[in-house]
Amino acid sequence: MNFHSEALVRDVSRTAQRLRLDVLEMVYGAQAGHIGGAFSAAEIMASLYFHHLRIDPERPDWPERDRFLLSKGHASAVLYAALARRGFFSVDELATFRKAGTRLMGHPDRKVPGVEIVAGPLGHGVAIGAGMALALCSEVPKPSATSAPSGRASRARVYVLLGDGEIDAGVIWEGVMSAAKYHLGNLVAILDYNGIQQTGATADVMPHEPMADKWHAFGWHVQEIDGHNVAEVLAALDRSDEVHAQPSVIIARTTKGRGVSFMEYDNRWHGGVPTKEQYEQALGELQQGMAVWAS
Amino acid sequence: MGELEHMRTAFGHALVELGRARPDVVALSADVSNSDFSYMFANEFPARFYNVGIAEQSLIDVAVGLSYAGKVPFANTFAFLLATRALEPIRTHCCYGRANVKIMAGYCGLSPFTEGPTHHAISDIAIMRSLPNMTVVAPADCEELRKLLPQVAEWDGAVYFRFNRNDVPAVFGSTHQPVIGRAELVGSGDDVTLIGTGLMVSRCVDAAASLAVEGISARVIDMHTLKPLDVETIVAAAEETGAIVTAEEHSIIGGLGAAVAEAVCDARPVPVKRVGLRDQFAGCGPYFELLDRHGMSVQDIVDAAHGALKLKGSAVAR
Repeated sequence: MNFHSEALVRDVSRTAQRLRLDVLEMVYGAQAGHIGGAFSAAEIMASLYFHHLRIDPERPDWPERDRFLLSKGHASAVLYAALARRGFFSVDELATFRKAGTRLMGHPDRKVPGVEIVAGPLGHGVAIGAGMALALCSEVPKPSATSAPSGRASRARVYVLLGDGEIDAGVIWEGVMSAAKYHLGNLVAILDYNGIQQTGATADVMPHEPMADKWHAFGWHVQEIDGHNVAEVLAALDRSDEVHAQPSVIIARTTKGRGVSFMEYDNRWHGGVPTKEQYEQALGELQQGMAVWAS
Repeated sequence: MGELEHMRTAFGHALVELGRARPDVVALSADVSNSDFSYMFANEFPARFYNVGIAEQSLIDVAVGLSYAGKVPFANTFAFLLATRALEPIRTHCCYGRANVKIMAGYCGLSPFTEGPTHHAISDIAIMRSLPNMTVVAPADCEELRKLLPQVAEWDGAVYFRFNRNDVPAVFGSTHQPVIGRAELVGSGDDVTLIGTGLMVSRCVDAAASLAVEGISARVIDMHTLKPLDVETIVAAAEETGAIVTAEEHSIIGGLGAAVAEAVCDARPVPVKRVGLRDQFAGCGPYFELLDRHGMSVQDIVDAAHGALKLKGSAVAR
């Protein structure tokens, strides 16, 4: 496992706050969008795009790139912010979010540089990721094998960000079983476990616990972390890269609406749009939160 | 009726041939490979075949992932499951997301004849042709299937390939050279045009022979590509024969008949009579009898031709 310096953790944490500020501006500007589930994923996205992923903004179609699939497509704003800040397209374009003629529509379109899959209709990321991971193996891993697939056509790995409400969908578990069957060690799912979906707590809408046991039982390597602790996120991503004979899931405990006091733990901010006063308060809180990570 | 040949077997062989010709072709099945006959590909290329279990949405999703990483996946299962249970990922990822997935819809129409209406695919053409970026192809016989399948692999984008599980009559000889998107003239005629798709093309040929005995000259067209539709050939038939009959192993709502009527109404209104399943679920029984019993007999096509001829030049101003 790599050592992550304090400076790196601070940089990535500050970038996560930067992404939240972008998301707030985008949703306020568009008067539409999904803040809560974008904020809960900010540290995960910053860790992936600003450290872990092997990607090249100059070559979004580079065959050897790692693939990142946003399965919870309604969190599009944080994906666009990460791609723009990472240099896939201009940061200025973020202001066109959800507006007439934009590429940055409410849910991601593959025309946007760096976007690997269409998403929005929930549940498809794991199975699509499994297909990509299979194609990146030089031969089909045998279902009966207990060791790692013997050949990889590519070093590239596939990362899928899932929402917790999303895993209500049966097709998630179809993909989960296929990935385990083919021992797809090059597939990593990150579950943004913020505990809240559109109409309430996941525990009320559709209970998932025991969450880790479920993934264990389906044959996945499981890690549980604090999804807002960048050191933990980076370490878990490294650890997942060392798992070769089974797919990996990182269950990241997060807070919906993280970073803005009145948005946290409140399902109304799943798709809510702030008023001018709320926007200004949120802006202030996020700027303060960012200052904490100043070097 | 031409000589019978088993279409699933023809498909299985054609897929193996394709696998030999193209290393980027891979195949998947939702645990029905011994029904859809993708088992032949699996036997020949075990390292390029994936059984995703009884999971039709995942069948499409895994194929989408494979296609985005450069493979040309052929996803196999029953037509009705593809057009219903797997529809959302087909729409979202194959059509909107332009995943280059080849959707192999065996068991079309009533061809799983003893299984009953649960397994019949009678709305799939209507569903698939309404999706942007989707191409819909249905070969008339085994020779046409063999000629079209490699074109499906070459085609840029998603294709819904609809074919029969059973013995179907030959319409074409080995010199037949169909091209996706171009209707085939099977027989010439001036009084009325019979446009068929899939197995019903052979029934149109038989109906034309029957009409010829009465002195009616019927043009026969094989519409193996339902989308993109060969509008030019349809409009020429409307202009030159003034009456059209369509025949499909599908509901009369939204399928070939609707597509032809739409094209004709836009450009050259003439009577269009539709032969197909009349907004009902079919029953169960011997295959050809089942088609006969549910409004898709040769006589039904002949009767529809008479009906169209009766309207020709009277109800419609020319």
